[in-house]
Amino acid sequence: MSLRKNLLLVGVAVFAATGDSLISRGMKQAGGVSLQHLPSIVLAVLNPWVALGILFLLAFFASYATALSWADLTYVLPATSVGYVLIALIAKFFLHEQVTATRWLGIFLISAGVAFAASGPSSTHVPQKADPEQSPADVVSMKVDA
Amino acid sequence: MKSLYAWGAIAAIVTTSTIGDVFLARAMKQVGDVSALWRRTGLLTVLGRILRNPYFTLGVLSMTVAFYSLLFGLSWGDVSLVAPASASLTFIANAVGAKIFLHERVDRRRWMAALCVAAGVALLAG
Repeated sequence: MSLRKNLLLVGVAVFAATGDSLISRGMKQAGGVSLQHLPSIVLAVLNPWVALGILFLLAFFASYATALSWADLTYVLPATSVGYVLIALIAKFFLHEQVTATRWLGIFLISAGVAFAASGPSSTHVPQKADPEQSPADVVSMKVDA
Repeated sequence: MKSLYAWGAIAAIVTTSTIGDVFLARAMKQVGDVSALWRRTGLLTVLGRILRNPYFTLGVLSMTVAFYSLLFGLSWGDVSLVAPASASLTFIANAVGAKIFLHERVDRRRWMAALCVAAGVALLAG
């Protein structure tokens, strides 16, 4: 897999982790949202942390969709789960939450899962695997079939 | 009562985000390698092809529901419960969904990856 594709997968993880952390921080400030008070959801989006978080989640979505265009869902999801390790580290160093032994074990298991996924092929979907090396004619004929 | 709300939100997040992921993955596989297409046909053509794909729209709709379920869930329950629990279960649900609906070859290595990550994400809540 090319460096660019690996960087894209790192981007998926980093954008998701940062976006989630920003939204989590913003929602704590914005207070609770409830079904009884639906406008609170709209107002929550006006919180700068939530708004910035949403921007990061849009970047996550773009990179995630791009990754799914050439890799399996069961490859992209575990491979980018390194983001949860990032969240735990952000929680420790920026939000000063405690990282217990259980959490370290969790971090270890996620890393093992990432290694399992990354050691296999990125796509098992042979007919629609559109590598850059493939000739444009092949891809075009596949599009017609699809 | 609060935890019942939280677990209700978790169930909603897992279901809708799995449906969203499976639809999005199917849409993007139909579109083809985005970066290769972009180089050949330009960004607008690629965007047009993605946006016209009905699975893409369905996927985004489903993910939007998942996102709002997460907002509700995060305000009802602890972020340290709702985020990891829904994420953890979504990994398992996605592996099942990808095998059944996307016909991905989920071999032992990929099950191990999904289970390790699911267990790890669940433990992070501890």
